[in-house]
Amino acid sequence: MSGTFARVLRYIRPYAVPEASAYLCMLGMAGTGLVVPRLVGQVVDRGVIGGDQAFLLRGVLVVLLLSMLRGLMVFGQGRLSEAVAQGVAYDLRNELYAKLQRLSFSYYDQAETGQLLARATSDVEMVQRIAGRGLLMLLNATITALGTAIILCAVNLPLAAFSLASMPALVWVAQRYARQMRPLSVAAQNQLARLTGRLEQNLKGLAVVRGFAQEEREIERFERENALLYEANLKTVRLSARRGPQLDLLAQWPVVLVIGFGGYLVIRGLLTVGELVAFNAYLLNLVQPLRRLGWLVSTLSVSLAGAERVFEILDLPEEVQDAPDAISLPQLRGDVAFENVSFAYVRHAPPVLENVSFFVPAGSIVAIVGPTGSGKSTIINLLMRFYDPTAGRVLIDGYDLRKVKVESLRRQIGIVLQESVLFAGTIWENIAFGRPDATDEEILAAARLAAVDEFARALPQGYHTPIGEKGVMLSGGQRQRVAIARAILKNPAILILDDATSSVDAETEQLIQAALWQLMRGRTSFVIAQRMSTVRRADLVLVLERGRLVGMGTHEELLASCGLYADIFYGQLLPEAQPAREPAGEPRWVS
Amino acid sequence: MGFMSAGLQGGPHSLLRGYGEHERQGFNWWALLSVAQFVLPYRRMLALAVALMLVAAAAQLAGPYVIKVAIDGFIAQHDVRGLIGASLALLAIFAGGAYASAGQALLTGRLGQAVLRDLRSRLFAHMQRLPMAYYDRADSGRLISHMVSDVSVINELLTSGIVALSGDLIILLGIIGIMLAMSARLALLSFMVIPVMILLTAWFSHAAARMYRRTRQKVGVMIGRLAEDLATVRVIRAFAKEGEASGHFEHTNRENRDANIAAISLAFAFRPAVDLLAAIASLIVIWFGGRFAAAGAVSVGTVVAFLSYVSRFFAPIQELSQLFTTVQSAAAGAERILGLLQTPVTIADAPRAVPLEGLQGEVELRDVWFSYAQDKPALRGVSFHVAPGEKVAIVGPTGAGKSTIAKLLLRYYDVDEGQVLIDGRDVREVTLQSLRRQVGVVPQEPFLFAATIRDNIRFGRPEASDEEVREAARLARADAFIERLPHGYDTWVQEGAVNLSLGQRQLLCLARAILCRPKLVILDEATSSVDTQTERLIQEALRVLLQGRTAIVIAHRLATVREVDRIIVLDRGRIVEEGTHAELLRRPGVYRRLYEAQMASAAAAG
Repeated sequence: MSGTFARVLRYIRPYAVPEASAYLCMLGMAGTGLVVPRLVGQVVDRGVIGGDQAFLLRGVLVVLLLSMLRGLMVFGQGRLSEAVAQGVAYDLRNELYAKLQRLSFSYYDQAETGQLLARATSDVEMVQRIAGRGLLMLLNATITALGTAIILCAVNLPLAAFSLASMPALVWVAQRYARQMRPLSVAAQNQLARLTGRLEQNLKGLAVVRGFAQEEREIERFERENALLYEANLKTVRLSARRGPQLDLLAQWPVVLVIGFGGYLVIRGLLTVGELVAFNAYLLNLVQPLRRLGWLVSTLSVSLAGAERVFEILDLPEEVQDAPDAISLPQLRGDVAFENVSFAYVRHAPPVLENVSFFVPAGSIVAIVGPTGSGKSTIINLLMRFYDPTAGRVLIDGYDLRKVKVESLRRQIGIVLQESVLFAGTIWENIAFGRPDATDEEILAAARLAAVDEFARALPQGYHTPIGEKGVMLSGGQRQRVAIARAILKNPAILILDDATSSVDAETEQLIQAALWQLMRGRTSFVIAQRMSTVRRADLVLVLERGRLVGMGTHEELLASCGLYADIFYGQLLPEAQPAREPAGEPRWVS
Repeated sequence: MGFMSAGLQGGPHSLLRGYGEHERQGFNWWALLSVAQFVLPYRRMLALAVALMLVAAAAQLAGPYVIKVAIDGFIAQHDVRGLIGASLALLAIFAGGAYASAGQALLTGRLGQAVLRDLRSRLFAHMQRLPMAYYDRADSGRLISHMVSDVSVINELLTSGIVALSGDLIILLGIIGIMLAMSARLALLSFMVIPVMILLTAWFSHAAARMYRRTRQKVGVMIGRLAEDLATVRVIRAFAKEGEASGHFEHTNRENRDANIAAISLAFAFRPAVDLLAAIASLIVIWFGGRFAAAGAVSVGTVVAFLSYVSRFFAPIQELSQLFTTVQSAAAGAERILGLLQTPVTIADAPRAVPLEGLQGEVELRDVWFSYAQDKPALRGVSFHVAPGEKVAIVGPTGAGKSTIAKLLLRYYDVDEGQVLIDGRDVREVTLQSLRRQVGVVPQEPFLFAATIRDNIRFGRPEASDEEVREAARLARADAFIERLPHGYDTWVQEGAVNLSLGQRQLLCLARAILCRPKLVILDEATSSVDTQTERLIQEALRVLLQGRTAIVIAHRLATVREVDRIIVLDRGRIVEEGTHAELLRRPGVYRRLYEAQMASAAAAG
């Protein structure tokens, strides 16, 4: 925990000047806070009681001025400390964001977006609390407490020793309280997240819940989580109710001692009444910051838990990373080779690819076929270097992908993913995504090739219609066409099509197919093939089964040599049973 | 947790928090009162908490008094016995106060949490009954925020608000009363700053509302950006756009930071302004008090007392104005919650609804009109009849209304005109549960829950045995891939089922429907994403499975529907053709056109 705290301090370091100024303002605030009441007392004594009208006027003006000065300092410490806090949060979020862009996809396979968002928002906010006023108040409370303790010792050492004896206990209980509170509040937070997760799942799966008439059971399950949340929250309430009075009593116990023992000293003539009163007043000055210290420590420890969670992400290994001596790829020809590649998404899990080797000369069209889950998408992921192989090498134009800059690789690969992901923005912006420098003509040409033009023009604002959550909802087929246009515009050396036209109706599909073939010409293209027609036109077909390459060659070769391929092929033809003709409809294979 | 969040970010932050959440001026007391009914079951607890609060306050006042008595009386008179007594009394008062306030905190904490729990339960239960049409417009983020933040602002009011409100009001009224009694003239003079204070607060709340809205909006934009970038991280990287995306994020991040600093600065300007007003009030007392004292109109003691009262006067006012913002946001939260709770449940069992028993599987639509949005009918006078055991396919281009028919059969929506009949009974006349339990549906979007595969399959029949689950998976041809997963049937399906392929999700959805052994099966593009080999296997399985059951198969891939008894062709909300595959091919119509287009596409590609 102290390590985490030190690390938070490192984020504050760039803001040392405003933080120090904020603290100076705070000191000034405390100073004027002490001076003004005393001054008012004097004004009352001399001006009101003494009847000194001139002093009264001067005194009133000075008090007014000092109050204004104090106001400025209140403002200053508030604004400065907030600037530090927000600055730290800003830096941390940027760092977190950059990290999220570098994390390997295997992390995203396991992490849930909601949790990542919570890291970047509420956990960063917790760090922000420490960085701003939290630290200042901690500093202030510590200094005030120490200063007051010294004054108390100077006034009367025995009384101070006697009455302050319980102070370590106060700090100890406060810390214990904080230690106990932390896991409880974390548990309550987690339970809230679980409850929210349940709700989210329920809302997303609403149609299924209703379709299966499972509302009652969903309510029952929600109630269970809800009751657990109640219990978890109650635990924190109970703890603070248990520790609260202990802290209060420990804080007030010295007052009892000062009155009792100090009174006895006065009776004995060892202390004056004035000293006793002053002692008592100072004691209140000590107890307040000490109590606040205990409470601050507990809040800080919760905040540190948030900081820890943020740092956990920042410390995650970045599996796919540019090597220090990584080179920038030149303009690619498109020779692709896999050499004994094996890959597992999770360590120690059975591999999804096992010892796969193949070579594809530049410009070939490669169809990848195989049953569901055979590893087709994994080949694509490795080619894009979304992951590194666990064994073996992936080479493009003879370059080992691990030795090149990822950016220079991906710029030259065009990809249309299985589920077309578009951004909130206009259709135009989405097409231009990969090449913001493209001219209007180029964008229009890409849109026409991908058959986006027809539907885009029919929209209220044409290409500049916003899409996504706040705009028009495109159909699956339309989204796909935009994604294809996006890839076309990039004019890549290597093209990857994953399940490219799965949700398009027949007429559109015809248009897209023609465009795609146009696009594939002259580029190395990998197609996760769903249509037999594609497979037959491919230069090379890779047949995968359970992560192994079981066949490789042209359609005709494979038909003769590869049992699985023949099975798939004739399986597809079965409904029609007319091998001479192209299968009707669109028989499909999918990853 | 309340005391934690009230911690470091208390003060100006919490001062701001309330503003901007209520978009409208003024707030809905009525909404607040309606939500107050959730407190009613715990009114005893609340009364006890307020009583304990009074005890704690009394102890707080008694402590200094006992100290004064000890110093002025016993110590001055060297009365050791009295001193011991006073010390013990002090200890007792401190202990009493500490435990009373702890008890109060415990009670209000429990009360708040209990009300929170009840509210959440009610909200969730209501959400389960709201019509599907409601969810077409509402987004889930908003609904979740009802459950989390709206509910918790009400809790804040309960735990800190009500008790503090009564305490502050008592103190404020007491001070005003005492001051007026001591010197009405001086009192009225020092109250002069109150109108300024009110004006200042009004201006501040207005400005703060704007500022706060801005910070909410900026943080919303930032989170939205982050959420989108997380969802699209693969595409961003595939296009090597990390740098640009980071730039965008930094921009929204910076705007968020600046908006926050501006808002906090405003709050920190407000506080010294109030302090200054307090100082001015003190100075008024000193100035006029001094003159009155010189003239002998008031005693010096009165002026001194006035000074201490004036300085105490502003703390409760400030606290009350803070509380006011809590009340405002609680009222806004209450209004939103109430808005949800009062959204009518339009699709519910009719008063005389009877359970649909022993479903035969006869389906009929009679001149059904339906629209999701006004003036844009999705179905226009659709009528057809499906006999028990018959297999019917509904085909047509995208947007023809195919899936709408499935939704009406399940009574996700009610028809605008006409009737949906199952076994000759209008679906509005039978209980929803009995209807939906007996209809098996494989939806277009293969949605799976974040749960194990086993629990996903038996979602519709939680009591099904493991053996039955395996059997259903086997029939849906899902067993092969499930058994290859590291944990088999206990494999956890992640949020969004990202660890399964689209095809695998569809197979699981099929297994889920099979397990319920429905008499009427609706397959809505159920196998659009499985490979042909698997699809062939499923078709075979379905042939066995659907024997003696009614099936409605929705598809736009015509290859999958050739074996059904009858095909209904839908176009723009109307039935345009009906017949067997062979019959329809003989006619020049939509079906033949679609079919030829699909053939042509295959041929062109080949």
